Amino acid sequence: MTTLEPPVAAERAPARAVAKRDHRSWTGWGFIGPFVAVFALVFLAPIGYSIYLSLFRDQLIGGNSFVGLDNYTQALKDDQFWDSLTRVSLFLAIQVPIMLGIALLIALALDSGRLYGKDFFRIAIFLPYAVPAVVATLMWGFMYGTKYGLVGDINSAFGVTLPDPLSSDLVLASIGNIVTWEFIGYNMLIFYSALRVIPLSLYEAAEIDGAGQFRVVTAIKLPAIRGALVIATIFSIIGSFQLFNEPAILRPLARNAITTDFTPNFYTYSLSFNGQQHNYSAAVAIIMGLITMVIAYVVQLRGMRKGA
Amino acid sequence: MRRTTGRLVRGITLLSVLALGATACGSSDDSSDDSKPVSAGDITAALEKGGTVNVWAWEPTLKSVAANFEKKYPKVKINLVAERSGDKHYTALSNAIAAKKGVPDVAQVEYFALSQYSLTKGLSDLAPYGADKLKAQYTPGPWNAVSDGDKVYGLPMDSGPMAMFYNKKIFDKYKIAVPTTWDEYVTAAEKLHKADPKVYIANDAGDAGFTTSMLWQAGSRPYKVDGTKVSVNFEDAGAKKYTDTWQKLLDKKLVSPINGWTDDWYKGLGDGTIATLTTGAWMPANFVSGVPQASGDWRAAPMPAWTKGDKASAENGGSSLALPELGKNKELAYAFVEYANSGDGVQTRVDEGAFPATVKQLQDPAFLSKKFDYFGGQEANSIFADSAANVASDWSYLPFQQYANSIFNDTVGKAYVSSEKLTAGLKSWQDASIKYGNEQGFTVEQ
Repeated sequence: MTTLEPPVAAERAPARAVAKRDHRSWTGWGFIGPFVAVFALVFLAPIGYSIYLSLFRDQLIGGNSFVGLDNYTQALKDDQFWDSLTRVSLFLAIQVPIMLGIALLIALALDSGRLYGKDFFRIAIFLPYAVPAVVATLMWGFMYGTKYGLVGDINSAFGVTLPDPLSSDLVLASIGNIVTWEFIGYNMLIFYSALRVIPLSLYEAAEIDGAGQFRVVTAIKLPAIRGALVIATIFSIIGSFQLFNEPAILRPLARNAITTDFTPNFYTYSLSFNGQQHNYSAAVAIIMGLITMVIAYVVQLRGMRKGA
Repeated sequence: MRRTTGRLVRGITLLSVLALGATACGSSDDSSDDSKPVSAGDITAALEKGGTVNVWAWEPTLKSVAANFEKKYPKVKINLVAERSGDKHYTALSNAIAAKKGVPDVAQVEYFALSQYSLTKGLSDLAPYGADKLKAQYTPGPWNAVSDGDKVYGLPMDSGPMAMFYNKKIFDKYKIAVPTTWDEYVTAAEKLHKADPKVYIANDAGDAGFTTSMLWQAGSRPYKVDGTKVSVNFEDAGAKKYTDTWQKLLDKKLVSPINGWTDDWYKGLGDGTIATLTTGAWMPANFVSGVPQASGDWRAAPMPAWTKGDKASAENGGSSLALPELGKNKELAYAFVEYANSGDGVQTRVDEGAFPATVKQLQDPAFLSKKFDYFGGQEANSIFADSAANVASDWSYLPFQQYANSIFNDTVGKAYVSSEKLTAGLKSWQDASIKYGNEQGFTVEQ
């Protein structure tokens, strides 16, 4: 008898466990159900639909057919796509450090407590972020005009010839200027709020140790806001790769300089809306999404590891 | 733990699939059989029965036409959607056709975009409704554009025979003769710019419609279309005439790098810094509304010729009204199109400033002798009508011209902002067009 008991117990135990687990999982569903439903509808379904689309090719002649991964192989060999990616990478390499550098300087200046009218500066610098990107770009586009815009006015008022900000050579820098103007305030606010939560006791300790302001910045403030710096960098990387509004709105002013494949996002937009190549466009978008994810993830890993 | 994750994944997958199903589930609309003729009686019966016709068109004069049509046939309601034009219009139309949902009963389609829709079976053949019998009513250019053999895909609404508008005040001020050939045009451009460095003979920052019209007039026929067999070639003699001449203007920076329809453009037309504008005969109404400050300064003249005395002209713009295959109320829709573009509607539109495609209106003495206050009382319509009669034949657009035009500035545009030559720019436009055509299932060659 006794020898039989263990097997019975062993048999019963898993059965009970299964029943228990089933029960538990249903309760769990009740809690996460609403989230999963919304998540699936607004996040997974569009991605799933894009992946589904990217496996087909819909031609004007011949109609829709399943092509497997053809769109992906085509995209990987597409010079227009890689050129646009190179362009935003260049933008990223130059514009992001400038923007974050200035934002950091301003945040440190505001935090130093030595500025007169600190609140005014904080609001004034943040204000451009409150201007919608479309409005900001239109405004800058008008200022960039060499005929009747601000540049044109300066040219005629001082008898000089400034270079055309919307020429092929300068248009990327001009867009960088708009983006910098728009986002300095936003990044400054991230840094500033991170600086505000540093315990005052650290500053007191530094003062007792006889540390100067510069030493306080490098030894206390910067290490303390490393997390904010990494986050801002990641946002900026994603923003650069998704560059679309500014070139799209400036394009009517500089059609020859801003091509329809100027940035990866603009390229997918053109493919889809001018060329009716929704399938190929989906493939390019997914590849671009993956590249962005990988780069953002690498930056996060590196940034966080050094911080630890 | 692992099992829960697995179930979670399965649940999410299921939800995604459900959501997918919901999006992918389009309604399948049955399209009526077009091949059997529709008698005039059928159309009259439909008009008496009444109904609603959804029209997507941005042509401004259609508003009055729709009102008059509703007055004439009280049971018919015309629902005119006029907010979208150009690219946005075609994007919406293509999307509606692809989704088989919300397709309008009547759509405005410019001549260059017609073949794209007719080839993909997006438009109904209007011949069974009696449209084939209307051929004699229209000038050859527009009729060529809407018909393909014995099939008719739309009725011509307006046309854009080209003319050269010039700022007489500027030409008089510097005592420069109004050019009649393109060689004289280049000379005039140099003189004008020398007399006043702010003055340019024209604005051109790279415009696909203008360039193709110029090639058309010069005798180039870059696009040959035979069903799904297409060829693209910008290397014929006509194209060379155009690139040789235009390259001179670009090299010497004699054209102002301003895009059409921008603020700068309107200002330039108004203040005399853009001295001529070569475009379609639909332009006068835009002068009146967009450049009122220069009223009286401008005149119309025939388009400059490639050899002295040659009268060959070309079309720029112009559109038709067509019936999308998936639209409803076909009889009513056709009745409206016929009323607007062949019946009483034509006169209404001409009175409001549209440039017609119908022979009757074009030969009407009242139309020809209409004095344009804006052009200092000039009877400009006679110049436009003369141009309409001399539009060079055999031109065709690509069945994917809308896309080709959208990448014009990516390719040919380089010639306007760098040291690249126009011929090289056209070559890369050609290559890109061929690539796209082949991707879309056409057989495209050079």
